[in-house]
Amino acid sequence: MASLQDRAAHFKSSPAGGVWRALWPLAVALILGVVMQLLVRPNIDAYSSAQILNIGIAIILAVSLTIVNGFTGQFSIGHAGFLAIGGYVAGSLAFYGSFAIFGSGAAKLGILSGLYGAPAGAPLITGGEVLFFISLLAGGLVAALLGVAVGLPSLRLRGDYLAIVTLGFGEIVRVLIQQTPQVLMTKQDIAESPAWKVPLSVGGSLGFGNVPKYTSLFWVYAAVVVTLIFAYRLKQSSTGRALLSIREDEIAAEAMGIRTTYYKVWGFVIAAFFAGIAGGLYAHTLGISLSPVDAGFQKSFDIIIMVVLGGLGSISGAAIAAAIVTYLPELLRTPDTLQKFAIVGVPLLIAGFAMLAMAGRPDNEVDLKSGRDRRALPRVIITLGIVTVGLSVLAFIAKRFGINLGEYRLIIYALALVIMMITRPQGLLGVREVWDRSLYRPLRDFFAPRIGTSSQSSTGSSAGPSAGGTA
Amino acid sequence: MDTLLQTLKDGLTIGSLYALIALGYTMVYGILKFINFAHSDIVVLGAWLSLVIATAIVKALGLESGQTAPWWVGPFVLACAMLACGIIGFTIERLAYRPLRNAPKLNVLITAIGVSLFLQNTGQLQFMFGTRPQPIPTLLSDKVLFAIGNMQVRLLDLVVIGTALVLMIALEWLVFHTKLGRAMRAVSFDVRTAGLMGINVDRVISITFVIGSSLAAAGGFLWAVSFTSIKQPADTSWVLLGLKAFVAAVVGGIGNVRGAMFGGLAIGLLEVFGQQYINPALKDVYVFAALILVLLVKPGGILGKATVEKV
Repeated sequence: MASLQDRAAHFKSSPAGGVWRALWPLAVALILGVVMQLLVRPNIDAYSSAQILNIGIAIILAVSLTIVNGFTGQFSIGHAGFLAIGGYVAGSLAFYGSFAIFGSGAAKLGILSGLYGAPAGAPLITGGEVLFFISLLAGGLVAALLGVAVGLPSLRLRGDYLAIVTLGFGEIVRVLIQQTPQVLMTKQDIAESPAWKVPLSVGGSLGFGNVPKYTSLFWVYAAVVVTLIFAYRLKQSSTGRALLSIREDEIAAEAMGIRTTYYKVWGFVIAAFFAGIAGGLYAHTLGISLSPVDAGFQKSFDIIIMVVLGGLGSISGAAIAAAIVTYLPELLRTPDTLQKFAIVGVPLLIAGFAMLAMAGRPDNEVDLKSGRDRRALPRVIITLGIVTVGLSVLAFIAKRFGINLGEYRLIIYALALVIMMITRPQGLLGVREVWDRSLYRPLRDFFAPRIGTSSQSSTGSSAGPSAGGTA
Repeated sequence: MDTLLQTLKDGLTIGSLYALIALGYTMVYGILKFINFAHSDIVVLGAWLSLVIATAIVKALGLESGQTAPWWVGPFVLACAMLACGIIGFTIERLAYRPLRNAPKLNVLITAIGVSLFLQNTGQLQFMFGTRPQPIPTLLSDKVLFAIGNMQVRLLDLVVIGTALVLMIALEWLVFHTKLGRAMRAVSFDVRTAGLMGINVDRVISITFVIGSSLAAAGGFLWAVSFTSIKQPADTSWVLLGLKAFVAAVVGGIGNVRGAMFGGLAIGLLEVFGQQYINPALKDVYVFAALILVLLVKPGGILGKATVEKV
């Protein structure tokens, strides 16, 4: 009689197992999306749902850039170029496609679409939504194709040159979009002008605000789930291992028989695809007017900052940092909320320091090398604690002296960035993930301490490196 | 023919500005191997400090608006701006970059972006420079010195090109003919070995930042006097100015002082000629397309040496 484990292994390798593996993430994505749109959204105010939507898009962008900057160790500073390309392609297709199919550029919302929900009595699914979905994919694919075009020549270069080429790419995209006709076409114009000219009229430097506004928490969070699971599986796959080996040592990876350029381009293309999808979602968001500035390098920097703050190579770190970076400047506008952060921050600090004391020194060199540093989690907690307490102190001071923090928010943000880079260069999580068990060892030790383990073997490691992680 | 000469002159003027700013990028890259994204903000700071100082002097002298200031005001303002930016450059290096000397490159780069954001947003505060463009007092008369055909050579053009040229020659002398310059080249060649040979690496890096920042201030000053008003500190035109200067440094061969001068002039000429003879709207595209082309054909830049990575 086959054991349960055997049967599970058998199922995994069977065709049905393959289908299951391919489909369950989509099911999870659908379910989470529906929950976000139909259960969460009606219970929060408009401002919060817009914020949550922005965070979702930021997560897709940050996780996609993690594949290039974090997994592969290549440095791209033109990611916003792909965002803009995806956005403009999807937007143009959805806008002019609606004209061609439905006779007007307005959105046809089903119950799952629209930032603030659909009007009562909306159908389950509309033709407009199908068009929107196809546009998103098309935006992602065009961005991916451009990724090949940019990546193939430039990824042969090593070091900073990729950074410089991608920077140039983003700026070229920005300038080219600026040169498109500023006036969007009307139904009559479309009938009169040649077909190839129509989709190119995307508003130029004025921005492209008339894209039908389909994006909702459903679409964004479904995409977030797909992106996260994809990135996770990529990291575990042989392709992902090849990418990681390139990050660790490109020359050694090449010597091991890895086609470095091939894999670097692959990573780059995948990242471009997801950035394109994020761009499409962004373009279709209510209240957003896609503009050439979105392709510029300042937008790219925002995404890089998320990736580095989260920890290079950490999917969950990038996602968490994306949420923080998107939300923090907004928070600084409301000092009252900020002040209450101390309620969370002080216990975090106490817990962090207690755990650090319990964790003791790293056991030995092997422990450090295998990344099993017990001090990792306490450090993460302490970092979070310092940030939250610092913010609430700041809010308190500002309130006391009547300073408007909103005016200084970008300065605070910039300073926080510099201080973080100096004091915790490996980012929030380092190369770890939230679900890595090694991260939680201190928790286990805290609740069930093993007597003597940390003091017995810590003799030779008094001069251990002060920074945990190997970022 | 006349248009050609005129375009050539415009290209040289803007090119020498790019070259001045590119020098700062290239010197920092040559030594620390990272792209100092805060450099363009030092340029902005130089321009705005020039404006503030010039306005104060003009006020103290009791000049009417539109009246040209005495000849000594310009050089004095330039010196003040260069000094102030030099000090600021030193401070930034000391506080933000030095603690990260052994950190991964990406961290240093993010720090540079942080410094850049900090400078931009601090500059925008009401008690600093504000968020509106401001007129700069006339430091140089706009008179035409001489004309070749239809090409008019104004005093301003000569001053811009002349100042840039003098500063570049001074830097060339410093880098290639002094002991300090030799130390700088040694550090750029190999930091560790230079340290072992008794060179005070930290001091050399500090001096590099001071020189780079004062050259950026000079670029900012010349940029400011070329226009009647200067844009607010976070304006995109500043970012673009910095980016193009950076492109100039890369095209010339980053890390190479002569390459930056050459690249600056080349990028300036390319931009102005493209603007004049092809399509004025696409002037930024030429610059970035040139960047990508040069990198693909000769990754080390035009005057740079191709490096072979050894295991």
